[in-house]
Amino acid sequence: MAMINFLILPILVPLITAVILIFLNKSVIAQRWVSGLSAFVTVILSALLVNKVKNDGIQTLNLSNWDAPFGITLVSDMLSALLVLTTSIVAFACIIYSFKGIGEAREKHHFYAALQFLIVGVNGAFTTGDIFNLFVFFEVMLMSSYALILLGGTNIQLRESIKYILVNVISSGLFVIAVGYLYSVVGTLNMAHIAERISEISGISQPGVISIIGIIFLIVFGLKGAIFPLYFWLPGSYYAPPAPVMAIFGALLTKVGVYSIIRTYSLFFYEDGGYVQQVIMILAILTIIAGIIGALAYWDVKKIIIYNIIVAVGVILFGVSTMNENALTGSIFYLIHDMIIKAALFLLVGLMATISGTNNLKQMGGLIKNYPGFSWTFFLAALALSGIPPLSGFVGKVLIVQGGFSSEYFIGAAIVLASSLFVLISIMKIFINGVWGEPKTYANEKSVPYKQLLIAPVILVILSICYGVGADFVYPYISQAAESLINTNIYIDAVLKE
Amino acid sequence: MKTSNVILQSMTKVLLFLIMIFSIYIFFAGHYTPGGGFVGGLLTSGAILLLLLAYDLQTVRNILPVNFLYMVAVGLVFAIGTGVGSLIFDKPFLTHAFGDIHVPILGELHLHTATLFDLGVYLVVVGVTMSIIQTIGGDDE
Repeated sequence: MAMINFLILPILVPLITAVILIFLNKSVIAQRWVSGLSAFVTVILSALLVNKVKNDGIQTLNLSNWDAPFGITLVSDMLSALLVLTTSIVAFACIIYSFKGIGEAREKHHFYAALQFLIVGVNGAFTTGDIFNLFVFFEVMLMSSYALILLGGTNIQLRESIKYILVNVISSGLFVIAVGYLYSVVGTLNMAHIAERISEISGISQPGVISIIGIIFLIVFGLKGAIFPLYFWLPGSYYAPPAPVMAIFGALLTKVGVYSIIRTYSLFFYEDGGYVQQVIMILAILTIIAGIIGALAYWDVKKIIIYNIIVAVGVILFGVSTMNENALTGSIFYLIHDMIIKAALFLLVGLMATISGTNNLKQMGGLIKNYPGFSWTFFLAALALSGIPPLSGFVGKVLIVQGGFSSEYFIGAAIVLASSLFVLISIMKIFINGVWGEPKTYANEKSVPYKQLLIAPVILVILSICYGVGADFVYPYISQAAESLINTNIYIDAVLKE
Repeated sequence: MKTSNVILQSMTKVLLFLIMIFSIYIFFAGHYTPGGGFVGGLLTSGAILLLLLAYDLQTVRNILPVNFLYMVAVGLVFAIGTGVGSLIFDKPFLTHAFGDIHVPILGELHLHTATLFDLGVYLVVVGVTMSIIQTIGGDDE
């Protein structure tokens, strides 16, 4: 098989699968098989891609054979390859969970096809090296997410999807405006080429117009990535759809925003101590605080996890904003950890809510008696989330805090440290109130296919544990990813072939 | 109240074909001049929409008994297929091929795989537009 096209396969396989699934909408069983198999193949392909990037360096593909910077270039550096791999794994787990967890009515209405289109968008956004193409893949991702958030048409879904669509349409409009601004200043859309042009026009400091464009991009990506104060739509909207969709949204969509911030800020708006960097740092810290307040305040299991997404976004962005190699490595480490563990936790609280028939923690209790497998999985996931060593949250946070202190951002680093404690409290609240205590009987408990639903979260939690315990093995990959962010010339040279 | 649609319906019978022919012209014009699958598709959808306004949803369904969602999928098959074709020749995804061919009567023809891709776009556009209009405009019984 053609090897120069290898990096497009994790985008192409879900795309072809989605088309096949449209034709199979009558047969639920066939849809499950096709989407499960395809997701597995995507995982294998993206793992091979990571390996290829590790051995041969950054992979590029000039679509339609138009040379960079004139055509659209896809670029797989280690960061994007790792994120594509993580996305594929999370998608695979959510698809397995959906077999029993989404309901046949939704399966018959193109649920799996929409999910595959969403993977196309997410993997594409991680892979593309063209700023306008990034917008296009954002749209692919958003269109599918509109379908997924609406599918089922319950009242809460209809109410929340209006907000969700409105917010995203506005932010997409801003995205195009921002790209237009940038294009009028630098005259190119290829990200490596933009970076090169910006460094040509920047003397001692970046011109003001670049900072303005940087802030507009921050608003656009911040709306997707849920940073303070642009996260207002997220707790409501993510709450509406069923668990597997929530897991996909929570694990992937916000991370695409975060990735875009990382990519554009390392390439374009990198100026140390510059305006944009300060804004990101302050917003990141406020994001952590806002997330913590939400996570502690709610007694609704889903809301607690949703607010934990916001905390994580803040932690990752704080690491990025220090632009310190340690902290950046930590951020990437934490980003991947967070994608896996958030997906696991969403699936777990989804299972919890299915068993007990409620999202309210006050009406749950004693799950450990009848569901020990679930309870221990949840316990491990909770520890991993809050970063207890040697689990996977630990390494990332240590590096971020270390980097923060060594760059003398003491307040931010201290808040990141303190946030772990509050995250632990918020997640232990679920554990103590939901899992411990007197067992209760729930009305529909018996009809829940508990064992089948547990498979996907268990896979994710095991992966997350391996990711933490095997940090030594993972570290070279992560540091390679951070290297092309710190030393952007590697990225630029790989794309422009200089 | 029943309104009389005689003028609209009579006009539609003529205009429908004119718009269709024009959309096909626009579709083929698309390579070096303005036009292509997207605009062509929109024009075709416009024609079908006119039919829908002049008559009703049932008439349109009788004339075009197509599941428009499948039309989208078929269009995607064309578009993706054109791209995947380049994988077989180990060329970057979406690389197109073209050549001149001599056909009796018609003479020299310049053939390009981009047309196949555009046909996919055309089908997707018609399919998506019509699905949206049917969903919004139609009363699902």
